[in-house]
Formats: sequence, C-alpha cells, structure tokens
Amino acid sequence: MMNRRKFLKATGAAAATSAATSVGPWVHTASAQTGPIRIGLMAPLTGVVAAGGREVVEGFNLYWEQVGKKVAGRDIEVIVEDDGANPDTSLQKARRLVEQRNVHWLVGNILANTGLAVAEYVKGNGIPYFIPVIAADELTQRKRLNNVVRIAGYSSSQTPRPIADYGLKQGYKKAVTISQDYAFGHEQCGGFCQTFTEGGGQIMQQFWNPLNTADFSPYLAQIQNLKPDVVFVMETGADASRFIQQFANFGLKDKIPVLYCQNATDQSVIRTMGPEAENLISGAHFCEGRDEAANNKFLADYNKAYNKLPSIYGFSHYSGAMWLAEAIKRVNGKIEDKVAFLNEVRQVKLTGSPLGKSVELDPYGNPVYDIYIRKTVKRPDGKLWNVPVTSYPNVGQFWKYAPEQYMSQPPYSRTYQGIKKA
Amino acid sequence: MNKLHKVSKHHIWTAIVLAALALLPFAISGYQTSLATQMLIFAALAMSIDILAGYAGRTPLGHGAIFGVATYVLLYYVTTAGGSLWGGIALGILAAVGTAVVFGALAIRTSGVYFLLLTLALGMIVWGVSLRWTSVTGGENGIRGTVKPEWLASHVNLYYFTLAITSLMALAMWRFVNSPFGLTLKGIRESETRMKALGYNVPLHVFIGFVVSGFFAGMAGILYAFYNSFVSPSTVELRQSVAGLLMAIVGGIGTLFGSLIGSIVIITLENLVSLYTERWSMVLGLMFIFTMIFAPEGLVGKARQLMARRQARLSGAATLSAAATQGAATSPSTAGRDKGGGH
Amino acid sequence: MSMLGFNLLNGATFAALLFVVGSGFTLIFGLMRIVNLAHGALYLLGGYVAFSVAMKTGSFALGIACAAGAVAIAGLLIDVVLLRFVRGNDLRQVLLTVGVALVLNDAMLVIWGGDTFTVPVPQWLQGPVQFLGMTYPVYRLFVLGVGVAIFLGLWLLLNKTRLGALIRAGVDDAEMVEAMGVNIRRVFIYTLMLGTALAGIGGALGGAFLSLYPTADAEILVFSLAVVIIGGRGSLAGAAVGALLVAMLATFGQVWFPELAYFVIFGPMAVLLAFRPLGLFGRAT
Repeated sequence: MMNRRKFLKATGAAAATSAATSVGPWVHTASAQTGPIRIGLMAPLTGVVAAGGREVVEGFNLYWEQVGKKVAGRDIEVIVEDDGANPDTSLQKARRLVEQRNVHWLVGNILANTGLAVAEYVKGNGIPYFIPVIAADELTQRKRLNNVVRIAGYSSSQTPRPIADYGLKQGYKKAVTISQDYAFGHEQCGGFCQTFTEGGGQIMQQFWNPLNTADFSPYLAQIQNLKPDVVFVMETGADASRFIQQFANFGLKDKIPVLYCQNATDQSVIRTMGPEAENLISGAHFCEGRDEAANNKFLADYNKAYNKLPSIYGFSHYSGAMWLAEAIKRVNGKIEDKVAFLNEVRQVKLTGSPLGKSVELDPYGNPVYDIYIRKTVKRPDGKLWNVPVTSYPNVGQFWKYAPEQYMSQPPYSRTYQGIKKA
Repeated sequence: MNKLHKVSKHHIWTAIVLAALALLPFAISGYQTSLATQMLIFAALAMSIDILAGYAGRTPLGHGAIFGVATYVLLYYVTTAGGSLWGGIALGILAAVGTAVVFGALAIRTSGVYFLLLTLALGMIVWGVSLRWTSVTGGENGIRGTVKPEWLASHVNLYYFTLAITSLMALAMWRFVNSPFGLTLKGIRESETRMKALGYNVPLHVFIGFVVSGFFAGMAGILYAFYNSFVSPSTVELRQSVAGLLMAIVGGIGTLFGSLIGSIVIITLENLVSLYTERWSMVLGLMFIFTMIFAPEGLVGKARQLMARRQARLSGAATLSAAATQGAATSPSTAGRDKGGGH
Repeated sequence: MSMLGFNLLNGATFAALLFVVGSGFTLIFGLMRIVNLAHGALYLLGGYVAFSVAMKTGSFALGIACAAGAVAIAGLLIDVVLLRFVRGNDLRQVLLTVGVALVLNDAMLVIWGGDTFTVPVPQWLQGPVQFLGMTYPVYRLFVLGVGVAIFLGLWLLLNKTRLGALIRAGVDDAEMVEAMGVNIRRVFIYTLMLGTALAGIGGALGGAFLSLYPTADAEILVFSLAVVIIGGRGSLAGAAVGALLVAMLATFGQVWFPELAYFVIFGPMAVLLAFRPLGLFGRAT
C-alpha cells in the first residue's frame, strides 16, 4: 500500500541524493589553468593493510606540506578515499574521484588487485594514474598503459633477483621458498627462483600460504624437515610479523639462514617487534638506516611529523609526490594537456629523493634503482631499522635480461616460476 | 467498493514514484545517475532478501553470494569463454537459481538464528571458491569485462534500462508475495506450527520461496555485471549480504517497497559520510544498532504504523461524532465506551 | 622429527586457544540464546588491552587480568545498554551484535591504529624447548596448559557450584529456573561477564603468538562459530571437542589441502547446521 509519506520519502531521498553528491567545487572547465590541481589519493585505510594505507596518505601529504601545497603557481588539493583493500571498492572510489570530485589524476592503492582494477578503469578514460606502491610486474611490462606510470615505485620481481644473487654468493645451493599465495608473492618468488636456479642453485620446494595465515607451524615443520641451505620468505604485514616470531619461537632462527623480501622487514612490520626481528637479511631500494644526508633529513622530517620511522609506503608516496612536483614544474603548471604531462612525467630525473641519487624510469616506465642487501639492527634508542650490507647498482625490472626476450617468457605465476631445470 | 478504492490509490502512488524515478536524470549529474542505477540494483537485491526475511520469516545472510554468482558466470562466459551476451545472461541466472536450490535444500531444515548462520556459512563457501579457483574466477584479481551493449554505454541510458528491468522485477515480486503462495509464506512467518497443522508442506513452501528469491537476486547480479563491468570475491562476500539485509531492514522488512527506500538511504548516507570522515564502518554499525532497537520494522514499517494509528484515531473520532449524533437514541454509557476505545 | 607429532601438537595448542574463546561463546549462546557476533571484536579488544597494559607495566599477568576485566565490563555494558531492548527476539539480538562488532572494530582501528601488535610475554615463556623429542615453542605449550586449566576451572564451576548448577539448568530451561524463584537475570549477567571475559583472555593469549591486527576479530569469530556449531550450544564438552576438531581440521587442512582453506572449516559447519543444528553435544530444549 502506497501513501503520501513514502512518496515524500522517495522524492526527499532523491533530493538528498543530488544534494549529497553535488557537494564540492564545481571547478570543472571554468578556471582550468589557474584553479587547484586536484589529486585523488586512494589507500586502504581500513582492513588488514590499514597501517600501510595510513602511511601512504602521510607520506604523500608530507611532501606537499613541505612545499606549502603549491607548485608552479597552482595549489595542490589532495582528496583521500579509502579503497577498502578490495578491488570493488577501489573501482567505486576511483569512479567517484574522477566523475564526482573531478580530480586530474589518481594516485595510490597498495594491494595489487586494487591497482589492477583501477588501471583497467583509467584505460577507458585516459586519466593519469600513478602507482608508487602497486608492484604488479605486468603494468610496466606486457600490459603497460600510456596513462599508468610507476613513479617512485618498483616491480615485484625487481628486488628479489639481487637477493637471490647474494644468496648464491653466500654459498647457498638448496633453497626453499615460502610465500603468500597471490600475484605479488608469485612474482617475487619467480624473480628469486629464476636467478637462483640460473646461478646453479636448486629450489627444493615452494610453499604457498593463504593470506592471513595465523599459524605457520605446519609450514615450519615441513621446512625444518627439508633441511635447506636457505629459505626465501615473501610475506607482508601481519603475516610477516607472525612468520618472523614463530620462526624464532620454534628455535629455527639460529638454525636455518633466511633471506627476506623487502616487505617482510619493512618498518611497518619491524617497528613493533623485538629481538626476534634482529639480524634479518633482506633486499630493497629503500634502506632507512643508510647514513646519507637526504635519507637522514627525510627520516628526521617524517619522525617529527608522524613520530615514527618511515616504511616503504610512506617513502614511496613521498617520493611520488616529489616526482609529480617535478613534472608540474616542467610544464609550468599547465597540466591539463594529459598526454604532454605524462610525457614529462616519464622524463623526470628525480634528484633530491631520500635515496640520495638520481632516479629515472626505464623505457618501459619502471624506475631503476640501486638495490641494497640490508640487515635489521637495533639502534641505541632501542628501535629496529635496516642498515646496508652491500649493494647492487642500477637494477632495473629486467635484471640482466634483454627486455623483449624476457617478455617472451610467460609472466610469473604460481605455476611458472622461471625455474631453470638443471 | 473499498477494494477498488485501495487498488486505484495504490496505482496512483506507484505511478508517482515511477515518474519521479524516471525524471531523476534530468535533475542530477551523470555520476549521480550512475549512483541511482546502483541504488536500483541493490534495491532489487534487498527486495529478493525481503521475500524470505519479510514474507517467509527466514532471515538469510548468503544472498550476496547468489547475487555475485550470476555476475561471475555472466562475466566469465562473455569475457573469458567468448560466449554470447544472451547465453551469459541465461547461464548467470541459471547459476544463481542453482545456488539458491543448493542453499535452500540445506537451509529449509532450519529456522531463525540457525538459518542465518547456515546461509552465512554457505555464502562463505562460495566466497572461498571465488577466491581460490583462480583459473576460472581470476582469484583476488577478479574478472574484468564490459558486457553491456553499446547503446547502454551512457550513464543515463543504463539508468533507464535498469529502471525498466527493476520495475518489472519489483512488480513480479509484488505479485508473487501477494499471490496465494505468497500468502502461505506469510502464514508460515506468522506461525509455522499452525500452517503445519493446517496441512501445508512448510519446507516445500520455504524452499520454493528461497528459489524464487534466488532468481531475483540473480537477476540483480546480472544488472550489476552491466553496471560494474567487474566482479571479484568482494562481490560475493559476507559484507554484500549484510548490506542487502540492512537495506531491507532499514527500509522495512515485509514491505518490499521498503527495500528501495533502504537502498537509497544507505547508499546516499555512504556517499555523504565518506565526504567528511573515514568512519563509515562505525556509522553503518550504529545504523544497525539503532534500527534494531528503535525501528526494527524499518522506515516504511514505522510509517505504516504511524499511518494506521492516525487512521484509527480519525475513525475513532468519526465513530465518536456518529455516536454523538445518535447519542439521543443511545445510552450515555455506550457513548463513553466508544470515546475510550478510539485512539 | 615426527611430522605427525609436530602437527598434532600444533593442532592441540591452537585448539586450546579456540576452546578458551569458544567456551565463552557457547556459554552465552547456550544460556542466554544470544549469538554474539561481536565475540570476535571482544577478543581483539582483550588483546589490545592486554598489549597496552603489558607494554606499560611490563607484566603479562596484569595484561591478561585487565583484558578479562575490561572485556567483561564491555560485555556488561552491551547487555545493559543495548541488548535489553531486544530481549527475546533472537534475530534482532544477532543483528544488533553485528552492529556492535562493526562499531567496536572501527573504534579499535582509531584507538590503536592498523599496525600489527604482539602482546609481550615474559622471558621464561619465550623461545623453544625440547618436548617429546621436538623443538617446540614454550609459549604454545603454555597456551595448551592454560586451555586445560580453564577447562578444569569451568568444569568445576559448572558441576560443583550452585551458580554452575543454575547455569546448566538455565541452558536446559531458563523459564523453569525462573519459575523456581531464582533471579535468572543475575545468572545471565554473571554468565555474560564470564563469557566475554573468556573472549578477552583469549585475545590476550592469542595476541602473543597470532598477533593483533584489524581483521583478527572476523577471523576468530569464524572459528568460534565453527567450534560452537560443531560442538553444540551451551556444552562445555562440546566446546572442547569442537575446538579440537576445528583446530585439527585447520592445521591438517592447511598442510594437505591448502587450496581448500575455507571449505575445510565452513563445509563441516554447513553440513552440521543443515542436518544436526544442535551439534555434537547440544541438547534440545
């Protein structure tokens, strides 16, 4: 039975809808060249990666605050949306940012599947999308897009290769890998396994644990049984924290050498840990314990603003913001021509980032870095951080392979790990 | 005469609501039109939940899975398997109905909280499958693909198409719950033991209700595929079932139309709240709490209650004045009794 | 080293934790007919409280005590302030607790942030020890011990005390107990506080080896549901058996069928709900 109240509710709700969704500046075409540059920043602010998501926002905003939120005469406006750590929400938020809030660019996300969903969306409308943390190999290889640029970011399989090489140099011959069972893990392990086996090593067995594995004990039992020379561990977030703890608690820390991926010993994991997280070896381009002017200044600034040492999430988005600022300057603030702007973004040589030396993109849109083999040590103030042990200069996403030849092999997946048969 | 009066009033209000919805795109932007499309789709999902929760008295927490299965099958068939759109739609609805058959067959033996938990568990199994069966579902990456035809590419066109389909769905559901079968379901909700005593096959009725409800949830899932061009495990996860249920509850369980109101309210609120704070989860939780405590019959249910009370008051006053004019003929005690009765 | 023995021990120690949490859930469900879907959030709350207290004071024991206390009070508040409005209506109760879970989860995110925390434990509980020919973490054996102790304590409570007798009678037939002149409300309150306190203790215990993070509440809730559904509502033995079954399924399932991670838990749960909703030890009333 219908009645007046329901009708009023229906139209009232409709009016509310239009009111609700039309809040915000209508600066669409009016003051285009002089109005603020609106950047849509998406990050997982809720869910299991919430801490990392928070740092994405913190790192990004820190840079803009340092330059007074203004570059080349234009104000910078950052609009933050929670991507909910799942691709459906990410897609919804991307649409909202572009179609309702009229942002010029999209930036951010952490989980690969959210990044891929947004990349597919911008494929259709040409909006520039910048990904300092989304590491999916494909986005700068076989499935690269003109308007998706990995500024200040890295690709999954890029950093594990020097780690594998380092392992070979330590004399390790038989390795076991344990990794979270999703694309990011498959790609990192693939990078490790291919280099390790091409250097004469052998992969005894690979373990894939579901995301959010509370209890690693079944895997630890099997790993111990295999008696490998080394274990390559690809875990992130809470899984990394638990693995490190449980590995130590089972008495394995002093028995079996471990090589960790960069996420496992990242600040976001180790800053709340104790002795079980000391002396862990990993590899990454970002090494916060490096004694170098730009790095030290960044740490000091970040600590002052947020009372913590920066993780890869904070660092990457700080550098990403810096990258964008450089590009804005190169076009004198005229960012409306998307194609021209993207071109400039790809030309940027980023000096002044916390890495100290200049960073630039390879022809496929992925940065080239010095990769540090790092070790976690305890500072005098009791906090843990990563210090460099040795470094591999100028490591790109293709390692020592020729790009076109590399891309002719299948992409890394659970079934293809690049393992070279002996 | 009374019945005719009700029917035409019903038709008038339906026409007005439909007209309002039809004119909406002229009042709002393209993006807001796409939001309205989303509201219609989720209203349809919530209505399908209402068939069970409101009319059969069984509250399910697994309809998000049934909804999403249709989306998955359609997107997979057209995008990965290269099939036709109509084939995908048919298979998608079939898959949703099939899922509902399985869920229903297992769930008819239970009621109340156990029914809730069982449908929850079954929904989680579907979610687990969508997450792990990577070769078909794409795992956590999901399946991307535009399945809607060219002429539905614009926000406005898609909106009108969705409005047309969901209106037909709502009509069909309305006819279903007001049919003799639907009345039996209502009877089951009121008192299962009484219906059993009267000789009705309660499990069979609930089962059929479940399957019909699954059919409509599946259709909503098809529309979602058109709208979203993407599906992932989060489309089938518990959160979706909870959202659909909340929309049905906030709008009004057992009113069908309430689901539309609930969908509009929740989606509007989410868009509004997200502008000012990140604490949408908390707002949603508070909505749940307040609704359960203060308005478990939902907005429409509450409106009906208030209308009924007002009408009773009015008719009570009418009876009173009628009694007063007849007062000369009747005794004072009768008049006094009437006065006390109407409120 | 015996793989089977190792995994059995893993399953048993995980079962101990699930028992602690599940026993609280089943008591509340059994006596008060409340399916408290905020139980997971209360577990996480207990964990966070234990973490904060233990970090500040350096005492793990104090952390556990405060966790139990804080969560018991939270449970009391939820009952007195919110649940009172929906008494007797099972579905409304359940959905209300869903709302509470959402609010609690978000509030905890605001207060403690999203970082992963581990409840600090004293030296003597850290590291490995030689046990039955295996190198095994001391802490997990400790959890096993605590689980057994709590089982014994609850058994004594339920079978040797008046309150326990009232609880058991109430699980069977609450109206009858009330008709016999007992203040069933008071029994309900005590049970609720005990049940939620157990969730808090579980959080403190679990927080030391499974760690605390924003989605831990949903995960433990799923396990608790499985334990109680399989074991049977309101039954202590059911909670113990249910916990063992679920933990073993999870542990061995992870080793043998990692693909079917969720199915291994939800499958049996769905089957039982469909064919024997009362679970293994539950009794019809």
